[in-house]
Amino acid sequence: MPPIIQVNQLGKTYQVPEREAGLGAAVRSLVQRKYREVKAVEHISFEIVPGEVVGFLGPNGAGKTTTLKMLSGLLYPTSGSATVLGHVPHKREKAYLRQMTLVMGNRNQLQWDIPALDSFELNRAIYGLPEAEYRRTRDEFIALMEVGELVKKPVRNLSLGERMKMEIIGALLHKPQVLFLDEPTIGLDVTMQRRLRQFIAEYNRRTGATVLLTSHYMADVEALCKRVIVIHHGQLLYDGDLSGLTQRFAAYKTIGVTLDEAGRDVSAYGEVVETDGALVKLRVPKAETARVTAQLLNDLPVSDLTVEDPPIDDVIERVFAQGNAGPEAR
Amino acid sequence: MKDLLDFYWQTMKTSIIVQFQYRAANYFYMIGMIAEPVIYLVVWSAIANAQGGSVGGFTAGQFAAYYIVWTLVRNMNIVFTPHGWEWRIRQGQLSGMLLKPMHPLHNDVAYFAGWKVAVIIMWLPIAAILVVAFRPELNPTPLEIFIFFFAIWGAYLIRTMVLWMLGMITFWTTRVSAIYELYFALELLLSGRLVPMGLMPDWVQTLSSFLPFKWTFQFPIEALVGNLTPEQLWQGLGMQALWIALTYASGELIWRAALRQYAAVGN
Repeated sequence: MPPIIQVNQLGKTYQVPEREAGLGAAVRSLVQRKYREVKAVEHISFEIVPGEVVGFLGPNGAGKTTTLKMLSGLLYPTSGSATVLGHVPHKREKAYLRQMTLVMGNRNQLQWDIPALDSFELNRAIYGLPEAEYRRTRDEFIALMEVGELVKKPVRNLSLGERMKMEIIGALLHKPQVLFLDEPTIGLDVTMQRRLRQFIAEYNRRTGATVLLTSHYMADVEALCKRVIVIHHGQLLYDGDLSGLTQRFAAYKTIGVTLDEAGRDVSAYGEVVETDGALVKLRVPKAETARVTAQLLNDLPVSDLTVEDPPIDDVIERVFAQGNAGPEAR
Repeated sequence: MKDLLDFYWQTMKTSIIVQFQYRAANYFYMIGMIAEPVIYLVVWSAIANAQGGSVGGFTAGQFAAYYIVWTLVRNMNIVFTPHGWEWRIRQGQLSGMLLKPMHPLHNDVAYFAGWKVAVIIMWLPIAAILVVAFRPELNPTPLEIFIFFFAIWGAYLIRTMVLWMLGMITFWTTRVSAIYELYFALELLLSGRLVPMGLMPDWVQTLSSFLPFKWTFQFPIEALVGNLTPEQLWQGLGMQALWIALTYASGELIWRAALRQYAAVGN
């Protein structure tokens, strides 16, 4: 299947004015401005096929949002190229804008003083949606999000979570084929996060839309994405399955062993990462897991034993900490 | 075209709904704005009366007509302020507009046009009070009323696009207040806002003919209260059309350059 998003050596460099503190520096900056280059995104390349839901991960300042803004046409790239749905995003052709959407968490695009229903009507006019099709889509989304009564309230009277639901509905009324979601669940409570994830998954299932999602909540990524792209310091670190991320960057397992009595020294068997009474958690290399497990069961009075992959949060943290170059090819 | 008209209608409707929610605020704003022309009117009327009934060919009644119509034209001239661009960029509102298949200029033109409809409705009782208080000399012909109707919208469009261009300086620097103040000072002197242009020196009148300011204030007011010939009325509309085309074309060039510059900062 030909890719729907093609990114080739894409880069974005900002010229940021720089000046020191103080009155003297302020006066000097009037005649002599200093700039420094900030490489927000550097030579990234990837392809996404239609219908994929891809997690786009990275620490703060990694270049995720900059990449999404280039792909949505908000920013001109400094180098490289990108095509989405066969269009060059920064040309901002109407045909392209009608087929995509960028949703940024905590961002209010609806009219503040009027009910969300009126804002939806405005979106209908902006996108030129046929009346019958618009009403069908609108009512479908309102039912999915369970906001039937809330759509008649002025947006300013809604809670953050309720507003976010309306924002998502408003952003998807034109049934875009490509969704760029930049931390859509930020600031929402657990229930609302779950609801939004379900909605996105359902939208993807019903329409076959392609989703590129950034989030700092690994629950979002684990629930929605089979594939992740990791970016750090503007460069790609990893592009592949979520499970492969663990294999590549965290080649260890966590063995939780509950002994008959507390206080035993088990450091000879592996790295002790946690102790809680009689429960001890050990980190061991993956290749050693079977041998260490057998040894523990043989040597010690074990009442319970578990073997787990490291939490994905820990894996991501290790990825960021390592910051190695060289993406893994799919 | 049908979609564009639908967009304008929906946006104007939204604007009217919002403005009627804030009718008290709008009334207070309009009443506060009335202070400016009333001061000019009182001062010039006093000067006219002191000089035997008229000054520069304007009687007290003609000054009253000028400044009462001024209040409507002034309201029609209120458009998206250049100061708003920095806020719009920082709040992320501009990014949201750029993601949609509709030029943001259409949004501003349509939204403020809806606002004007609400303002005109709210202005009528204020105008009635001013008419009773100051007894203007006002006997427009059907042609003058017709031209005036289009001239106030022409003024609105010209000022929208001139201030859009001014506001777009924000894409390159946020240190723009001084530039804006200079513009507004020039507008005050060269538009007919401060004083009817007929009372200004000849060289100022000549200068103003080559600038857009006069076509946003003086011409619409004169169309209704002045003694313009039918030829001058139609020529005035033609000049407004020319300025609309010029400012639109220039604005579009600056807009394309501004988008390349845009860093999409903010929320």
